[in-house]
Amino acid sequence: MLLINCPFCGAREEHEFHYGGQAHITRPADPEQVDDKAWADYLYYRKNTLGLQAERWQHSFGCGQWFNALRCSQTHQFKAVYKMGDDAPEGLS
Amino acid sequence: MSHANNRLTQGGLIDRQQTINFSFNDKPYTGVAGDTLASALMANGVDLIGRSFKLHRPRGIMSAGVEECSAYVQVGNGARHTTNVSATQIEIYEGLNSRSIHCWPSVEHDVGAMVGAFSRLLPSGFYYKTFMWPAKFWNIYEHAIRGSAGLGKAPEVEDADTYEYRYDHFDLVIVGSGPAGLMAARQAAPSGARILLVEQDFKFGGSLLADTAKIDGQTPLQWVEQSLTELQQFANVTLLPRTTLTGYYDGNFLTALERVTDHLAENVRRRGIARERLWKIRAKQVILATGSIERPLVFGNNDRPGVMLASGARSYINRFGVKPGQKAVLFTNNDTAYQSAIELQQKGVTVAAIVDVRQAPPKALRQQASNHNIPLISGSVVHNVLGKKRVTAVEVAGLSAQNTLTSEQQQIQCDLVIQSGGWTPTVHLFSQAGGKLLYDEAQLCLRPDPASIPQELQSVGACNGHFSLTDALREGAEAAHQALLEAGFQSTQANWPEADESSSCIPQALWRVPVRKQGTKRFVDLHNDVSSSDVELANREGYRSVEHLKRYTATGMGPDQGRTSNINALAILAEEQNSTIPAVGTTRFRPPYTPLSFGAVAGRQVGEFFQVRRKTSLYETHQQAGAVFEPAGLWLRPDYYPLAGENREQAVLRECRAVRQGVGIFDGSSLGKLDIQGPDSLKLLNMLYANGWNTLKPGACRYGVMLKEDGFIFDDGVTACLGENHYHMTTTTGNAETVYSWVEEWLQCEWSDWDVYVTPVTTQWAAVSIAGPNARELLQQVGTDIDLSTEAFAHMQFREGTVAEIPARVFRISFTGEHSYEINVPSSYAPALWNALIKAGANLGIQPFGLEAIHRLRAEKGYIAVGLETDGTVTPFDLGMSWAVGKKKADFLGKRALSLPELTRSGRRQLVGLLTDEPAYVIPEGAQIRLESAGQTRSQGHVSSSYMSATLGRSMAMALLENGLERLGEKVTLHIDGKTVTAQVTKPLFYDEDGGLLNA
Amino acid sequence: MQKYSFFKLLQHSLSHHKNWQAAWRNPAPAREYDIVIVGGGGHGLAAAYYLAKKHGVKRIAVIEKGWLGGGNTGRNTTVIRSNYLRDDSARLYEHSLQLWEGLSQELNYNVMFSQRGLLNLAHSHHEMSTLLQRHYAMIENGIESEILNMQQLKKWLPNANLTSSARYPITGAIVQRRGGTARHDAVAWGYARGADALGVDIIQQCEVQDLIVTNNAIKGVETTKGTIKADKVLLCAAGHSGHLTKMAGLELPMVSVPLQAMVSEPMKPCMNTIINDSTVHAYISQSDKGELVIGASNDPYLSYSQRGSWQVNEETLQAILELYPVFSRVKMMRHWAGIVDITPDRSPLMGLTDVKGLYLDGGWGTGGFKATPGAGDLMADTVANDKAHPLVKPFGLDRFTSGRLVDEGAASGVH
Repeated sequence: MLLINCPFCGAREEHEFHYGGQAHITRPADPEQVDDKAWADYLYYRKNTLGLQAERWQHSFGCGQWFNALRCSQTHQFKAVYKMGDDAPEGLS
Repeated sequence: MSHANNRLTQGGLIDRQQTINFSFNDKPYTGVAGDTLASALMANGVDLIGRSFKLHRPRGIMSAGVEECSAYVQVGNGARHTTNVSATQIEIYEGLNSRSIHCWPSVEHDVGAMVGAFSRLLPSGFYYKTFMWPAKFWNIYEHAIRGSAGLGKAPEVEDADTYEYRYDHFDLVIVGSGPAGLMAARQAAPSGARILLVEQDFKFGGSLLADTAKIDGQTPLQWVEQSLTELQQFANVTLLPRTTLTGYYDGNFLTALERVTDHLAENVRRRGIARERLWKIRAKQVILATGSIERPLVFGNNDRPGVMLASGARSYINRFGVKPGQKAVLFTNNDTAYQSAIELQQKGVTVAAIVDVRQAPPKALRQQASNHNIPLISGSVVHNVLGKKRVTAVEVAGLSAQNTLTSEQQQIQCDLVIQSGGWTPTVHLFSQAGGKLLYDEAQLCLRPDPASIPQELQSVGACNGHFSLTDALREGAEAAHQALLEAGFQSTQANWPEADESSSCIPQALWRVPVRKQGTKRFVDLHNDVSSSDVELANREGYRSVEHLKRYTATGMGPDQGRTSNINALAILAEEQNSTIPAVGTTRFRPPYTPLSFGAVAGRQVGEFFQVRRKTSLYETHQQAGAVFEPAGLWLRPDYYPLAGENREQAVLRECRAVRQGVGIFDGSSLGKLDIQGPDSLKLLNMLYANGWNTLKPGACRYGVMLKEDGFIFDDGVTACLGENHYHMTTTTGNAETVYSWVEEWLQCEWSDWDVYVTPVTTQWAAVSIAGPNARELLQQVGTDIDLSTEAFAHMQFREGTVAEIPARVFRISFTGEHSYEINVPSSYAPALWNALIKAGANLGIQPFGLEAIHRLRAEKGYIAVGLETDGTVTPFDLGMSWAVGKKKADFLGKRALSLPELTRSGRRQLVGLLTDEPAYVIPEGAQIRLESAGQTRSQGHVSSSYMSATLGRSMAMALLENGLERLGEKVTLHIDGKTVTAQVTKPLFYDEDGGLLNA
Repeated sequence: MQKYSFFKLLQHSLSHHKNWQAAWRNPAPAREYDIVIVGGGGHGLAAAYYLAKKHGVKRIAVIEKGWLGGGNTGRNTTVIRSNYLRDDSARLYEHSLQLWEGLSQELNYNVMFSQRGLLNLAHSHHEMSTLLQRHYAMIENGIESEILNMQQLKKWLPNANLTSSARYPITGAIVQRRGGTARHDAVAWGYARGADALGVDIIQQCEVQDLIVTNNAIKGVETTKGTIKADKVLLCAAGHSGHLTKMAGLELPMVSVPLQAMVSEPMKPCMNTIINDSTVHAYISQSDKGELVIGASNDPYLSYSQRGSWQVNEETLQAILELYPVFSRVKMMRHWAGIVDITPDRSPLMGLTDVKGLYLDGGWGTGGFKATPGAGDLMADTVANDKAHPLVKPFGLDRFTSGRLVDEGAASGVH
């Protein structure tokens, strides 16, 4: 059971949150200009990282805010949480 | 009825004055307070408790605790029938009734025991090698296999009891109240930290309850008493008996099962008091003081009733005041069991011999044995047990240096064999937490690897592989000190008392005692009838990893979770491979530590509380109107409102006619509603919907289709412009939450600089629709300050005002094809509005209509229903809704995908209408339209909606058909349940084609 | 290969079963093979078996990181069915189901395939329509399916709650009678034994560390037991497919998540069918050993840890008790998780890749077990001919750029 540290509310139980998958995926600025492959990359291809992944969560049964987190996909440990729009903190592993 | 009496006249943690009546296999017995079912049965001389899983061998009591792998029974009847519970863990209560399982007609005379005669035919995995011929007989074979497998019977009556959760946070959770756990609690208590001490037994003390070694000059029981008295002074310490810590999950999340009423007489258990309470705990720090379990030895017929663990026998004699037999033989490979033998002897059980595998047991022990007149046979083994339903004697032989039997042999009469093969630390929780185990070559056990502490936890005492009392006390105190510091509390230096016991456990490895006669069963896992030859066979056949072994032989897979068998099985496998235990691998322990009732896991969220029903504020109003409800997601919505004597079809047709001919009233409150405000609202709508919104003026409504980025329809609905930068969006009932969450995700994650706010207001507003030629008249009659003339309030417009004196938002929109208003009022006003409309409409033919009617009406009009005409693979173009796609818009969600090859190819399924040649026949929804060409058939489409139409006086359907839009007028064929149906392809529009009624 | 039969069992019992041979050898890897299969689960072993048996390939190695059958083959809830909505899926799984029907005899290893019928339950008219769509689609694809009314359901589900007082009263069902369960481990073992007898080298405890790619063509694999050359490599490593293809520079459209399951204590027969209920999210059957085998939903988050979250158990058993209130006092004996690769359309990824000679069989999500014989057979054909078999073709990676998804989303429910 994950204990997730919402940057706005503090540590809360996993079931208050909604998982949003890999973070820092940006929608192409002009979708009409990208080819089918690039569109598929944006829509369907994810890194599926073994290890530390930047991902996004929403504190849906709390403040409702989306935020980013660095979490290890092997140990489930959270290394950092940070706000949407911010870059992932560096130097963590 | 008289029974044997094995009860000692004094001693033990029982109250002989307080007798308790219970029954076993329908015979009445008497026990005393403090007894378990096992101890009470033993006191009454009951040896035979059950039958084994595969071979139906007689089985007795093998231990005194959670490690029991033999004495499984069922307790209770009917609504309290509980099966597969170990007699060693059942606290007896007045009126307890218990019985043997897995035997017929009785445990004494079990027909299944005939299997034993064929046991040679039934090695592990025999079923993989046979029952294959003839192939069609498998279900007959399987029927027999299934009948003979299983243990107890499943309950057949609904549970009389309830269950509940408790959530809590602790600074420190201590698991186990033996010397290490109690010591840790005493060390930690003064700090003020919130501490929870859980103990699975109904008495605190763990191994101390059967121990005799002194602590601080006190007896173990005195020390336990003193500890409890001290701990009870602290408000910050919670002591929880009858509670098993069952699971250790990520983030120091623990589950613990508290058995609240199972030990009470049934007549004092009350409805409303939970039978079991599942604790869900977050702990800052955890101390595991879960102790260890004695390991059996693997020798011939080691499963006979009367063979038990030395620690178990010690527990019966010291804690329960029961003699487990009259004449005992101890069989051991280590020091620790000598004490048990001596204490048995002291309490009146004759110990006929100590048989020690070791050539030279320590001198002190030899001396002790001799002091108590117990013959010691060293360098020898018990290689066979005689007797069937109870031990009658053992066969003892010398053991050579090559671990073979020597010719030295003797038979010793006895009715009890106590044994010790060393100790196995209880590492389940450590392993569940993610910790790795290492193999201790000296102590022959797996213990926690100190280099892999997975979470905020410490293992102390025996569960850490440190078996002596002195170590347990020291480690408990030290761990508590450490945990407090980690959790941010003050802690004085660790202190612990002296104990006069610091023995070690260095067993001599003898994983399989040799047998004289080939085929003699030496059980490794009593619970699943796995013998050493099964392990050998598995290895011989290539099942060489521990996972293969477990799965091939079922070792360790029973309800006892292999607590006594795992190490022995691993060791035998390693021996067979001339390898080591670490090399063959150890398995990870899976939760729960002990089985958990489904009820406890589910908690209160069952029955009427399972996914609590969502009701609109008109629910009671509908009930009074006789509505039949239908679940729609979490909602309950009226499906139809039958009049006396009407069936569903009759009611629905009547409701449809009422709407088409007079006026109907419909509760649309569950529709999703989002309030959208801010300067970028329009920008948002333009991205969310496929169509354009720039021209929507305040006071106007527009229908829109939402696509996912894959280009497929996700939701639809009407959005109204309430004012400048202010919109009211509606979604389908089913997608209300999903759409809101989706919009928020876009706004927060992608368009975070947009100035727009979205608020879900679904339940703030009730929505009552009135539809039909008399709708305007009805609204007029019920009273409104809104000008209802077509010029002032046209179709697809919105007005604010009062209706029946209630402040209301009125949308002139329609899902039925009739002149229609959707009146939104604050939810609490809905019954008043509804009743006023019903009253005002009495002379206009008003009738409530439900889900089924509205579906038929919308289908007549060709309106799609998300979830019927769409299923996540349908584009707006497929539905002939290119008018709802703003092709000139630079961008909207889903736009890019609409140009993918698959979404633009010809031959896609497109929405059409179908009219059967046989007008009375209603095609079942989901029916497939068959394409036959060149002798082959395949589906070319399916029926998405299909109804009997009151308006048309015939059936009608909507379908998705390959190239459908180009095929109007064609005949298609469907094959339905043996019937061939032909139908004509039409436009999906059967009513008011030019929309004259809507706009009037 | 030593034959298995009742007579042989009888014969061997006379020698106390001491003369049974190993079901498979434990060979050291050769330096080179015609085909290397990565992943010794059901799929990989089945592919090896059919490559040897039907395509006459002589030099095949199956490389397994741990122990054969130790991945998702041995962690699933063993349900076998072909009751799919989409034509492409229906054909694939029906092909597999037909192979299941003769598998024990084919392998001379009893995989205990028990066709006791799989029921999908409906709780409303709308849900029944959804089931009917599947029912009629199945029939159109030549797959049998029956509609059950409440009267019939009482016979099928004697101790379920079929009353109208349930939170979600059951209103009807469809059943695929040929649906069933099998002994999951036996499937891996049976194929391993069969493949071994045909000369396939099964190399356990051998981890692939790299894929050797030259000029965009596969040349072999680097392993913990040395370099193994091969011009054809088939990846059948559920839970690790993404990780493996990255070695060849290929990304896959999928995410790996924990899927949880549990078993109860063993009990005498109390359920004679398999239930799939996508409304309350319950998936339950009873094993031959007597345990209730219960599938839970997957956790939402990326994970490789084989550990799921506790709350999934709660939700799952709440759903089970909605259908079977009488099981309240039954005890859960074990719960665990496997790592499954979920694709965007919840359909597998099969076929050729952009690297010549590198083939993929993965992305099975929650439903790979039932496809074991079919996927093995079809991938064997695909690898042998270097051309996607017609039944495999719809499941290629190209569908994500063309938009031709095989979306079972609406129809799948819980697996």
